[in-house]
Amino acid sequence: MNLELILFIVLALIAAVSAVMVITQSHPVMSAIFLILNFFALAGLYLLLNAQFIAVVQVIVYAGAIMVLFLFVLMLLNTSSEFKVLTDKKFIKFFALLISAFVFVQLAYLIFFTKPSNAVKGNLNVSSQIGTIQNIGKELYTNYIIPFEAAGFLLLAATIGALILAKKKFE
Amino acid sequence: MLTEFGKIFVFVLLAVVFVAIVIFFAKLIRPSRITHEKTKIYECGEDAKGSPWVKFNIRFYVVALIFLIFDVEVVLLFPWALSYKEYGTYGFLAGIIFLLILGLGMAYEWRKGDLEWARPKITPPELKNTSNKTEKINS
Amino acid sequence: MNITEIIVVSLIKIVLVIVMILVAVIFLVYFERRISAWIQYRIGPNRVGWKGILQTTADVMKLLLKEDIVPSASNKTLHTLAPIIALFVAFSTYAVIPFGPDVTIFGYQVKLMVADVNIGVLYVLALTSLGVYGITFAGYSSGSKYSLLGGIRSSAQMISYEVSMGFSVAGVLLLSESLNPQKIVLAQSGWMWNAILQPIGFITFVVSAFAETNRLPFDLPEAEPELVGGYHTEYSSMKFAGFFLAEYANMIIASAMITTLYLGGWQIPYIDKLGLGVTLTTLLQVGAFFLKVIFLLFFFIWVRWSIPRFRYDQLMSLGWKVMFPLSIINIIWVACLIMIFNL
Repeated sequence: MNLELILFIVLALIAAVSAVMVITQSHPVMSAIFLILNFFALAGLYLLLNAQFIAVVQVIVYAGAIMVLFLFVLMLLNTSSEFKVLTDKKFIKFFALLISAFVFVQLAYLIFFTKPSNAVKGNLNVSSQIGTIQNIGKELYTNYIIPFEAAGFLLLAATIGALILAKKKFE
Repeated sequence: MLTEFGKIFVFVLLAVVFVAIVIFFAKLIRPSRITHEKTKIYECGEDAKGSPWVKFNIRFYVVALIFLIFDVEVVLLFPWALSYKEYGTYGFLAGIIFLLILGLGMAYEWRKGDLEWARPKITPPELKNTSNKTEKINS
Repeated sequence: MNITEIIVVSLIKIVLVIVMILVAVIFLVYFERRISAWIQYRIGPNRVGWKGILQTTADVMKLLLKEDIVPSASNKTLHTLAPIIALFVAFSTYAVIPFGPDVTIFGYQVKLMVADVNIGVLYVLALTSLGVYGITFAGYSSGSKYSLLGGIRSSAQMISYEVSMGFSVAGVLLLSESLNPQKIVLAQSGWMWNAILQPIGFITFVVSAFAETNRLPFDLPEAEPELVGGYHTEYSSMKFAGFFLAEYANMIIASAMITTLYLGGWQIPYIDKLGLGVTLTTLLQVGAFFLKVIFLLFFFIWVRWSIPRFRYDQLMSLGWKVMFPLSIINIIWVACLIMIFNL
């Protein structure tokens, strides 16, 4: 067992357990805390894969910005405890089981019966450098310049849309 | 690289352990004589009225929303900043266009008044009657 | 270096840095009280130890022995978690600050920082963005109206200024082409300090740092006349001390970041021209770093006792309508500077 494997197992365990805790906690703010912990574990996993930019974005945007928004909504609505509306109905339980079994089979098939992609087998040195921010910058300005500017417009649309919706909902 | 992150991990771990030890140690030596009066929340010495979780202004939510969008833009700007020197005029134009789009969103919010904070209009109280009263008292 | 040496050296560095933070925080609190007394023509603490130097230690001991009162209306888990998050965030950012150039001690090449990561600046930004949670949870969990309002206000303030902070940092990155704090310091050799090359970015970053650390004139979350104690109204004993220590630790990290990003870090302009020995140069450089940080800390305290508090709407409009556009102008300014002078 090398260090990377141990780290992977620890981080993956934290991620899995915290993900389960998110849906089992009855207090919504506690769920939010476990979701933040989950994001952290995921960021750690990205670091293991040498994807530093994605790891930092995960923490800054998801844990630092989106969760703040979530918390504000939770505090604004002040839902102290979740109502158990759906769990008593039998057919919903059956449906949930069916869907989760389907997803499980899908994942198991992908993991155990497909061949790993060719990208992994390439030069290790090159692949360990691909996730650095400088490299992402280069790719953004050569191959992906149009999607990059389009993302800017998308964010502009998001700004306007979100503000209009926020106003409509609360005024 | 992983060893450097490992050092950070150990550092953070030691910091957390230190904090935990201090808090645990404090628990051992401090007194604990809790009474009903002590565990009430502070509200100027009166009994607390109503729910503590008051509904606050919706503007805080709007601020968080605007923050989220600009945070994403900052993150997208970092790769541009780091490889800027290699691309000269081309990189300059790419960045400026992105900043312009960002500025458009900014201008929209400014125009629509989402950056304004609600402010009570303060009108000075009328002073006529009071002056009469003081005159009466003085005379 | 083999693996045991790396582990031993790193552990020594980690313990040294943690001890340094604690000592620095304790002295900072003392100096804040002494300087405020000096500014306001008072005497200040002068009884415990020589000229009152042990005052903070005595205060911490007192808080250790105080009863921990948790309001019955509060959410107990979150109430305990909040100061721990605040302290965790404040401490862990120190890991990437370079105190000096690489040195050779007993034949070992040692870096004067805990971890030399190539995304150091983003690491600090990511962690400071989590600082919001300590205060928000403290406000939410206390079950008091004052706490809730203080916590909400504070988090809205911190996220507003975080944006302009991020944009100011982007200006620094344009020049240094690296996120590694050590490389950013090295890029500012000679007189090319970022504070001189991009004064607008320097100002926006310093103002944002004041707002992020909740220092006056931005200490709205604990504005006494309207909010009692803000988010820590319901905190006592060691948990209160946690918030208190975190605030001062944040002040030190903010000063260290300003020094690293804008004031040339440990660099002294043209010191290599003087022909001093390697050891003396290194010592002077490390000394220069600490001097710069100490000056900035003095500046923090100086501002606190000179400028009155903002009103909340002034604070928000300063953040969004002044600092944010200024930091974008700064990026364009730096980009033009690089285009014209090929820096």
